[in-house]
Amino acid sequence: MREERSPILELQGITKSFGGVEALRGVDFALLPGEIHGLVGENGAGKSTLMKIIAGVHTEFSGRFLIDGQETHFRSARDAHSAGIAMVHQELSVAPDLTVAENVFLGNQPTNRLGLVQWRRMAREAGEQLARFGIDVDPMSRLGDLPIGLQQLIEIARVLFSGARIVILDEPTSALSPPEVERLFATLRRLREEGTAIVFISHFIEDILRVSDTVTVFRNGRKVAETASAATSKGALIEAMIGRGGEALEHSYSDDLMLPRPSDSSVVLKVDQLSLARSLKDISFEARAGEVLGIYGFMGCGQQELSRILFGKLKPDGGTLAVEGKPKSFASTAAARRAGVALVPESRRDMLFHQEPVYKNISISILDRISALLLKPAQERDIAKRQVEQLQIRPPVVGLDLGMLSGGNQQKVALAKWLTYPPKLLVLCEPTRGMDVGAKNDVINIVRDLRAKGLAIIVLSTEPETVLSLADRILVLKRGALVREFTNEPVSKDRLLEAA
Amino acid sequence: MASSDTALAAGQRTRGLAPFLRSQMRNIAPFLTLIFLSGFFALASPSFATLDNLGNILTQVSVTGIIAVGLTFVILCAEIDLSIASIANVTGIAVAYFTLQESYVNIPNIPLPGAAAILLAILLCAFLGLVNALGLTVIGIPSFIMTLAMMQIAAGISALLVRGQIAYKVPGVITTLGSGSLGGIPWIVIVAAIMLLGGHLVLTYTRFGRYVYMVGGNREAAEYSGLNVKLILGAVMVISAVCSGIGGMLGVAHFGSAQQNEFDTYLLDSIAAVVVGGTSLFGGRGGIGNTIVGLFVLGVLNNGLDHVNIDSFLKILIRGLILLAALVINVYAQRLREKAVE
Ligand SMILES: Nc1ncnc2c1ncn2[C@@H]1O[C@H](COP(=O)(O)OP(=O)(O)OP(=O)(O)O)[C@@H](O)[C@H]1O
Ligand SMILES: [Mg+2]
Repeated sequence: MREERSPILELQGITKSFGGVEALRGVDFALLPGEIHGLVGENGAGKSTLMKIIAGVHTEFSGRFLIDGQETHFRSARDAHSAGIAMVHQELSVAPDLTVAENVFLGNQPTNRLGLVQWRRMAREAGEQLARFGIDVDPMSRLGDLPIGLQQLIEIARVLFSGARIVILDEPTSALSPPEVERLFATLRRLREEGTAIVFISHFIEDILRVSDTVTVFRNGRKVAETASAATSKGALIEAMIGRGGEALEHSYSDDLMLPRPSDSSVVLKVDQLSLARSLKDISFEARAGEVLGIYGFMGCGQQELSRILFGKLKPDGGTLAVEGKPKSFASTAAARRAGVALVPESRRDMLFHQEPVYKNISISILDRISALLLKPAQERDIAKRQVEQLQIRPPVVGLDLGMLSGGNQQKVALAKWLTYPPKLLVLCEPTRGMDVGAKNDVINIVRDLRAKGLAIIVLSTEPETVLSLADRILVLKRGALVREFTNEPVSKDRLLEAA
Repeated sequence: MASSDTALAAGQRTRGLAPFLRSQMRNIAPFLTLIFLSGFFALASPSFATLDNLGNILTQVSVTGIIAVGLTFVILCAEIDLSIASIANVTGIAVAYFTLQESYVNIPNIPLPGAAAILLAILLCAFLGLVNALGLTVIGIPSFIMTLAMMQIAAGISALLVRGQIAYKVPGVITTLGSGSLGGIPWIVIVAAIMLLGGHLVLTYTRFGRYVYMVGGNREAAEYSGLNVKLILGAVMVISAVCSGIGGMLGVAHFGSAQQNEFDTYLLDSIAAVVVGGTSLFGGRGGIGNTIVGLFVLGVLNNGLDHVNIDSFLKILIRGLILLAALVINVYAQRLREKAVE
């Protein structure tokens, strides 16, 4: 069947370098109409770079680029768009200050004969499109006010329904809950029937195997494998991705996992009756030294708000916090940090300085410990180098601007920031989002190390795997309330999903 | 500029020359403008490129330079301070108000010893800066609006102090620093140079300076890093007011009189110097080095236009056009840089 169709898009011998760094080396890539093509590879392997070439974002590269058999060279993303190519970028690229409807129609709002935007029509059509995708939201609300997962869904919907012949999704599911992922897959399958060619990048290999027809594996800027999904397995793909024995990383968490008995070490954080407007109701729990507390729930269940309250970014309406027995009401994030609390939020954009070098990004939160008045750049670099090595951040150049790292490597920098002088309480939101299997494993090991050092760690995630792989005790948050605690009992992905 | 040094090193290691130049556009463009303007005026008028005239230019930009030091901090944080000229004015008037005036000056003032007068004047501008800071950080009024109000408040205090009159005397030290010279170099140039150098050292080598850049680069990220963003913003507003105050006191001595609306042109000039120099209006990029180039561009332009024969009304228009061009480059440079990093 594959042989009958001719590729809609064909790349031959694509090489792309950013100055000295070769991001892609002689990559061939073909895309057939009506196929879902999965793309996997380690952080920094070159997946996003290749897709950005296809979408006309990177315009300088060598190699041949054919569409419908015709040699083409895009000069801009607009060219790619007119050729029927649409892409959801790994980093959200929505306009937070515009309305939902404007975002859905970004760049081609319906206008009347005078060139005025037809607001009512736009709102209605945007609402209909989103409803088709199962999103229930007021099209006239400001996009930036919505939770990040919903923003991501809206961007996906915009691209899927833009009428493009080639749709590229770069890690689209990272902020979605399982039912939303299901809905996305159903839509992808429908588009495939209509003949759309789809590229799907993800670090969730099960998802890739489930939804795609073909899988291509990248490693170090090269394409190392391309097979039919039906003819491969998770283990084989991981092996191709990272080379070493991938089987150890192949944990699916579908079987029961036994949680340990509750720890009786000292209480680091005590939360009592915390509430926040419509987001949180009567939240009470404790986090103990040397324990990883997982908080699981679907997107929008209040995790984000809870983490912000713990770090002094949001003020609760009611309830109390106590760190090591001392009641605290954080006036600012600086106060929270002084009290020994650290937070890694789920959105990299919010916590990294893209125009600054890696080492400044890492040293920023500990600057006051290494220098009183004058900066000590040499020491900052040393500290950063150690973290870059420990977390295997690529490329290992601490002087590089952060914006030049791949998405997953940026995520590692966000974590690295808090590891030099560990806090008493570390709050991690989606700590493994966007990381490849190897890096996820590294994070798991790092968190275990920190736990062994006696830190209290709270991991908030919408991915059951993340919580299951890290937590000693698990709380389930549902629509702003804690509904279930798992401790000293068997737990599995299904049990968690059921409780949420 | 250490920050651009590291950018340079990284740029050469990992990118080609073209993207590197593109990312450095904000530093290169003002410099080229300066060279172009200097060359143009040197050819157009024989009296322009002389040592004497260089001295004139330096003296002419000194007060602007002192005020622009603090403003650079503010703009690096992606805020703005519109009260700088008014605060300069009121501080200059205050220091005269607390000084014994000649008998023909008809102001009901309070003569104090020189040191006390200076101290009170500095306290006044610091206090006004603090009000700006509290309005911005505690109440949450955008700096544009808050300092617009402060502009009026400071002008009001000035009016109340001098009541339409002119005062002439300021404490001896201020007179020397404002209008004296040391071995042929005007003291006011020396003070401006020291303050610019000091500002540069603070921004480049201190923790506070780093925080200023980080807050300007991404305020949200600074907060998530546990920085006390409000404290930094507040400090920056106070620094700006104090620099303005110092500029105002020396300016009054330099002009030889203290009166209402004396500093009005310094608002636009100082903002222009910072922005023309290439410090990003979006914060996080630029520095005192840029401000110095901007000061020279402005100084050469103002001074050079006096050396060539042009309609003096046309000069105003020309200055406006140059400022517009600089703003276009400023915004454009930001975009190019974002593209280079992308
Ligand atoms: N604008 C840029 N400037 C310099 N280097 C870049 C730039 N964009 C990407 N790179 C480099 O190119 C390589 C490939 O990056 P890419 O973003 O394609 O990785 P990826 O496979 O998408 O990884 P991830 O899973 O982490 O998103 C990395 O080494 C990265 O540092
Ligand atoms: Mg990527």
